[in-house]
Amino acid sequence: MSFFSTSSNHPSFWLDYANLFKQKKSKNFEELVFVVLDTETTGFDKFQDRILSIGALKIQNNIIQVHEVLDIYIRQEKFNKETVAVHGILKNSKRKRVEETVAIQQFLEYVGDAIIVAHHASFDIGMINMALKRMGLPKLKNIVLDTGTLYKKTLIKSYLVQPQQHYTLDDLADKFAISKKDRHTALGDAYITAVAFLKLLTKIKEKKELTLKNLR
Amino acid sequence: MKNLISERIADFLKNYPPFNLMDDKLLDTLSQEVSIVYKEKNSVVFSMDENPHPNFYVVHKGAIELSNTKTNVIADFCDEGDIFGLRPLIAKENYRLEAKAYEESILYAIPIASFKPITDSNPDISNFLTESFASNTRNPYNKKAKITPQESPYNIDTGKDIILTDFQPVRYSKRIVSCGPRYSIQKAAQQMTKNRIGSILICEKDLPIGIITDKDLRNKVVTGNHSITSSVKTIMSSPVVTYPKKMTITQAQMAMMKNDISHLILTEDGTVNTPAVGILSKNDVMVSLGDNPAVIVKAIKRARKIKQIKELRKSIMVLLKGYLEQNIPMALISKIISELNDTCIKQVIHISLQKMKTPPPVKFAWLALGSQGRGEQLLHTDQDNALVFDDVPEDLLPETTDYFLNLSKKVTKGLNKIGYEYCPADMMASNPKWCLSLKEWKNKISYWIINPGPNQVLMSSIFFDYSLAYGERSLLDQMSDHIFKSVKKYPIFLVHIANGALQNPSPTGFFRQFLVEQDGQHKDFFDLKSRALRPLIDAARVLILSHSIKGISNTWERYEKLAELEPNNQDLYLACSYATKALLKFRTKQGILHNDSGRYIELEALTKEEKMKLKRTFKAVKEIQDVISIRFKVSNILG
Repeated sequence: MSFFSTSSNHPSFWLDYANLFKQKKSKNFEELVFVVLDTETTGFDKFQDRILSIGALKIQNNIIQVHEVLDIYIRQEKFNKETVAVHGILKNSKRKRVEETVAIQQFLEYVGDAIIVAHHASFDIGMINMALKRMGLPKLKNIVLDTGTLYKKTLIKSYLVQPQQHYTLDDLADKFAISKKDRHTALGDAYITAVAFLKLLTKIKEKKELTLKNLR
Repeated sequence: MKNLISERIADFLKNYPPFNLMDDKLLDTLSQEVSIVYKEKNSVVFSMDENPHPNFYVVHKGAIELSNTKTNVIADFCDEGDIFGLRPLIAKENYRLEAKAYEESILYAIPIASFKPITDSNPDISNFLTESFASNTRNPYNKKAKITPQESPYNIDTGKDIILTDFQPVRYSKRIVSCGPRYSIQKAAQQMTKNRIGSILICEKDLPIGIITDKDLRNKVVTGNHSITSSVKTIMSSPVVTYPKKMTITQAQMAMMKNDISHLILTEDGTVNTPAVGILSKNDVMVSLGDNPAVIVKAIKRARKIKQIKELRKSIMVLLKGYLEQNIPMALISKIISELNDTCIKQVIHISLQKMKTPPPVKFAWLALGSQGRGEQLLHTDQDNALVFDDVPEDLLPETTDYFLNLSKKVTKGLNKIGYEYCPADMMASNPKWCLSLKEWKNKISYWIINPGPNQVLMSSIFFDYSLAYGERSLLDQMSDHIFKSVKKYPIFLVHIANGALQNPSPTGFFRQFLVEQDGQHKDFFDLKSRALRPLIDAARVLILSHSIKGISNTWERYEKLAELEPNNQDLYLACSYATKALLKFRTKQGILHNDSGRYIELEALTKEEKMKLKRTFKAVKEIQDVISIRFKVSNILG
């Protein structure tokens, strides 16, 4: 692909997606739409591994609409036996699955220009960006928030306690007393992340006004 | 489309009426229409006279308070599984009550448009809803269905026939301890002791024929009239006075007075010809009234599940509110409330210990730190705690530490359940840094005292206000002795913590105006804790440490002791003692008013008199800081 490959070469679903970003975000926090996202993958190698499933749900004004969730399973060429133990997704289980390109298109339609929230977001976003790259498309344009980083913001800053380098989703679920029943399914993890995110917003609000700027 | 989240919602709903009456397919479809609503503490779900929402609500997590904001009457609390906001479903009217999140809550909003067809086609469901709406008891059969008698000795029986809503239904014990008429008195008494109860029912073929109470044992056995080997039949009161189980508190009180008895037996049809279903003691009635600390203590000690303690803590808040309204002296209020909170904590530890597979390998002590340690914690705040265990040989240390960490995790989780937030700085016994052997603690304390950097000073300021919450006092005493010995050796430590005590922001500005917060959620509010209370608390700690006084961690008691030790400064110390109490009362009242920790005060809402009162306490703050600054020559050394 040449350097001058212009956006006009891109399929219409991408153009529709990209067009959404021309509008400015609302200043009113209650009107902002957040898409909380989790992906299950065949492994942790950005180049070798593939996305197995994408789970996502929307939050607006502290409300999650149950019928508005995204739960996609992707048909696999590549398969990593070792991570089956984690997410329990087998290569040929009976669930309905789609091609990666279809999944990404559905995801873009779902997410629109919403603010993406994920736990250790850089990994999930990286995986999706790699899939986009394979389709010859640019990276995601959304604003991304990481619940791991947000959590660290709520901890008391003092030298007494060295915060851990990383807080896992399990750590957050324990701290906020969220049930871990559906851990390691994309949608289940997305739900845990969503509840943790809402609780984090309350904590952050105690210290400063809730604006998108203050979260980034 | 059915998805994992809607499945979980269906799993939850099917445990509670009226959803348990629906068939699975319908419930699945309904669950997909639900919205999940997150409500932070104190946020309003709907207010009085608000237009009806297109849905009603089920509490998934947390608690919702329904109240009439005009008359200030709380109508109901809704817990997990309870439904509320039914008015739009039944009548096309605006809400008559306000619904507010009493705790941080997650609600399921059920769309009425999808639910209405279900109620119309299923008479059971519509009956349930009409009944629960009309009787104002939101869930006529909920509690009975949820808890079986074995699980819970305390049970709210919201009998659905009760029409007099101002008379609360009585709570009675469904766990009946009984024995046959040929049991020996001794055996019966052992049963009573084991179950910590004051009475035992005598049954023949499942029917109640008599009862023995503590009083019978005292009057008939201890006096020597009967031997402990004779049968219970010889001393039991018979026949028993029985009543039907649907009673209000008032009815129960009347029945006890009328018959001059302390225990009522509740049977299926209210006569002696049907099996007993519950027993109601005077103590139960008192708990229901919630106005007596002694009965609450008793109830806490009998609790077998953390959830029951959470319920009882609500009664503690009612009690606290009452005390404050009656203007009872603060020192007394905080003694009683701290005692009750301590009992809750003890019971949580007790329950957690029983959940452990083995008893503790060595002696240990659970320390309450910070405000809880000082006995100044009236409202629910964060938990700060630590654990110390007796020294073990080096090779056993890892597994011993593991045991106590495990225990601590259970306890902190339990405390969180009953309303203590986790400490945001992780100063809790579940943190490996705060769960140590005696020797490890001594090393840590020595390190703080010998290297008093700002962190060490802050650490010790939180830690040195410890008090024993559970376990071995001797471990604590050894730690205290170690602290005093080390401080004597390194007196420079005192200067550092004195300096720490002077670091708090000042309450008033140059023109004696209140200084308020500049930004954040509490912008323009006055931070009572760091600007007024903490300087007094910090100063008391330095002074008491310099006198090596052990075992007093409460701030005003420390000042009283100081007044005794230094007669020339008596006036100032007593003023400080008074100021601490006044500020704490202020904070508590504010906290109850806003259902928070009371730390931030809205100055606008104060009367002129209250503001004057606040300002008077600041004088003591200023003077005690001067004393410390001069006595420990803080400026000379650190300047």
